Amino acid sequence: MENMIDITVIDREGKQHLLKAPTDMSMNVMEICKSYELPVEGICGGMALCASCHVYVKSEHDLDEPSEDEEHMLDQAFFVKSNSRLSCQIKITNEINGLIVQLASVGGG
Amino acid sequence: MIHTDILIIGAGPVGLFTVFEAGLLKLKCHLVDSLGQPGGQLSEIYPKKPIYDIPGYPTILASELVDNLMKQIEPFKPGFTLGERAEKLEKTENDNFKLTTSKGTTIYAPVVAIAGGLGCFEPRKPPIDNIDLFEDKGVDYIIKDPLKYKGKRVLVAGGGDSALDWSIILSDIADEVTLVHRRTSFRGALDSVDKVMDLARKGKINLITNAQAVGLRGNGVLKEIIIEEEGKEDYSHNADNFIPLFGLSPKLGPMSDWGLRIKDNAIVVDTFDYSTNIAGIYAIGDINTYPGKLKLILCGFHEATLMAQSAFRYIHPDQKLSFKYTTVSGVAGF
Repeated sequence: MENMIDITVIDREGKQHLLKAPTDMSMNVMEICKSYELPVEGICGGMALCASCHVYVKSEHDLDEPSEDEEHMLDQAFFVKSNSRLSCQIKITNEINGLIVQLASVGGG
Repeated sequence: MIHTDILIIGAGPVGLFTVFEAGLLKLKCHLVDSLGQPGGQLSEIYPKKPIYDIPGYPTILASELVDNLMKQIEPFKPGFTLGERAEKLEKTENDNFKLTTSKGTTIYAPVVAIAGGLGCFEPRKPPIDNIDLFEDKGVDYIIKDPLKYKGKRVLVAGGGDSALDWSIILSDIADEVTLVHRRTSFRGALDSVDKVMDLARKGKINLITNAQAVGLRGNGVLKEIIIEEEGKEDYSHNADNFIPLFGLSPKLGPMSDWGLRIKDNAIVVDTFDYSTNIAGIYAIGDINTYPGKLKLILCGFHEATLMAQSAFRYIHPDQKLSFKYTTVSGVAGF
């Protein structure tokens, strides 16, 4: 389909989900995960103001560097690694076709 | 002891607007919130963010919307119990509800409206296995009395304003202050960052960056904290106190034990009047769920309006409720 890209999401049980995401609806990865009813909270709704959509980027995509706001929220998350991102800050564009992300543990709370 | 008509749990936008709609029906309200200020998420998470979908406002800052709501409900003189968590809800003999807060305040009302949003904001706890064992035995998520740390070796974790500010304050009180942060740069008021760096140079704060606390050890009380630092083997750091400051996150909390029907962390309601499975208890705003639910402030306002009408009929089953537009009769307070 036109304007559709593929994103693979690995859930916390290690199961892979292939998601189809539209590039023309100004969506982000958090929103796509939620629309597929994957267990991503996204409490703040995508403003990089909570850390409840934390993922690890597993593919070699050249994503934009995280903003200072995003880094600051990652400071409040746990299990943060060098490939940690807030999925609400990854926009659905043709450039990220084939992206693979893994949902981070929610641990601690 | 407080008596009111509608006890509102949660002082976010929807809880606040409930006061207005109830007030038009001459019902008095009292609000309880675990946060110290009204506004809920709008005050706690995004006060300076513009909101674009409030009817009649092309754009309004979250904090302005809260200020406006406070002004709008002022004529109805609502009561507030802030900074106290709604802990226990029980039915009394004369069919009232009795709410007890975390600080022991009791509030009685025939109707309870739960406008709890995402739940209570609570400090984020680091996912360290045995951390529960050391709570109040060295581990504190909130600093209530900084003087408590006099003569202690304290380890603060986090990279935001509160971690920076408390490290600065404690560097004057505690015997030794260590600040652990996962990266080298801090986001916080520039002034605080400079101060911490300066204190670190002077040896008053022991700064460990690119690191995190991953383990706790002790014998009844906290003695050591295990630090994972980039490029090093994990090592142990002696400390009397561990103060992780990673902000707040919402939790449903004690509400989940009140016998309400819950689905996916939300309270199931009937869209006729947003009543729950317990007569006299309603749930409105982000905390409820029903087919087609949207977590929007404007939907919460609608829910609050219908709920108030139903609450009136529940409290006064023998009285006729006549619906009036505010344009006809204005807003007469109490």
